[in-house]
Amino acid sequence: MDLVDKVQSGSIRGIARTISLIENNSPQKEDIIDELYPHTGNAMVWGITGPPGAGKSTLVDCLIKRERKQGRRVAVIAIDPSSPYSGGAILGDRTRMQKHSTDEGVYIRSMASRGHLGGVSVATGDAVKILDAAGYDTIIIETIGVGQTEVEIIELCDIVLLVLVPGMGDEIQAMKAGVMEVGDIFVINKKDRDGADRLKTEVEYVLGIKNALTGEEPNPVLLASSKLDEGIDELVEAIHDYLKKAQTTGRFEEKRRDRLEKEVYKIFSSKVHELLNIHLDIENNIGEWISSILNGETAPYKLINSKLNRFVKENRII
Amino acid sequence: MVRILVAKPGLDGHDRGAKYIARALKDAGYEVIYTGIRQTPESIVVTAIQEDVDFVGLSLLSGAHNELFPKVVELLREKDASDIIVFGGGVIPTEDIPFLKEKGIEAVFTQGTPIKEITDFIEKRLEK
Repeated sequence: MDLVDKVQSGSIRGIARTISLIENNSPQKEDIIDELYPHTGNAMVWGITGPPGAGKSTLVDCLIKRERKQGRRVAVIAIDPSSPYSGGAILGDRTRMQKHSTDEGVYIRSMASRGHLGGVSVATGDAVKILDAAGYDTIIIETIGVGQTEVEIIELCDIVLLVLVPGMGDEIQAMKAGVMEVGDIFVINKKDRDGADRLKTEVEYVLGIKNALTGEEPNPVLLASSKLDEGIDELVEAIHDYLKKAQTTGRFEEKRRDRLEKEVYKIFSSKVHELLNIHLDIENNIGEWISSILNGETAPYKLINSKLNRFVKENRII
Repeated sequence: MVRILVAKPGLDGHDRGAKYIARALKDAGYEVIYTGIRQTPESIVVTAIQEDVDFVGLSLLSGAHNELFPKVVELLREKDASDIIVFGGGVIPTEDIPFLKEKGIEAVFTQGTPIKEITDFIEKRLEK
């Protein structure tokens, strides 16, 4: 049986191996993904993001429990940062979810960011496709602990939960662009702590300004404690309501189409990049190029434009 | 990329050693998945397979190594995953080491082992 069949039959070893191949950028990668592609699109993909220590992994643990109660099969991809020095990583998110490890309806995979900066890893999108084709109903992606700019999660999910905790700053922080804008649902976790209610009011206030502009319904802001398992039922209900509503309004399909468009753009750019890298043999020529800039013969933009123009002419592209 | 599961089977809650090894292996450039304490051999084996690791490092201080370490190897075999290499460490009397090796634990590192010895073992084993 080849790997694609193994994935589709739900073999855990097959799924795990295939994800590794994708992560390691194996030459088989493109064929595997294209072969699995027609079998994707059935799973609901949830993104969980928020700062380090907000309780994302513990929240995922609670969400797995609820989804399993409803009889859904759940896969989790939990991403942690790779060391910029050694390239190694400590992947510790699953520590909080280990009680589900022997449940056959749950698959958990830890991934290192491997130098990628968007809060996920380059392979995350393809790993979701593998798990989708393997028949998981709900796929949860937990990002690395994010700061203000790691928003790539929105390009991978049907819904994003932004997990916040009290004590991170005043309402100016909540007003800023970036991560604060990506939540479809806002979760104020550790609600037993001081300042949780105030944070909720602040977030609601900031979201109110956006909603006044767009005319959209306000995003839910919910208080929860994943450690005490409180507020989780309400949260899960809000997630399913959101997804149902998005499906009836057509927003759901629209978002998926946008995502595919972005993905195709990305593949296109990386392929063009790769192609030109080979044709212009950058690796062997870059030294000479840099010297010609340094000794004043040319300037950076001038140099690159002349190289590209020559490539276009020689290949009669225009 | 080499992936290593650092796991704590059994009932003892002392994971300083396991965490130290995890950090050192991270600094040596490996991706280390850590399970947390009090794991059953069953959950360790499922985790190793889900995470597609190359190695499982078991840490135990309670004295149950002669039962739990071989159990992990046995379950990996049952699950058709005997290519995953198992090593162990912790408080292990030297007289138990030959038995553990015979049961398929490829290396046993007792207290005070320099970390270099562990990374040397990993690199040598990868060459095979």
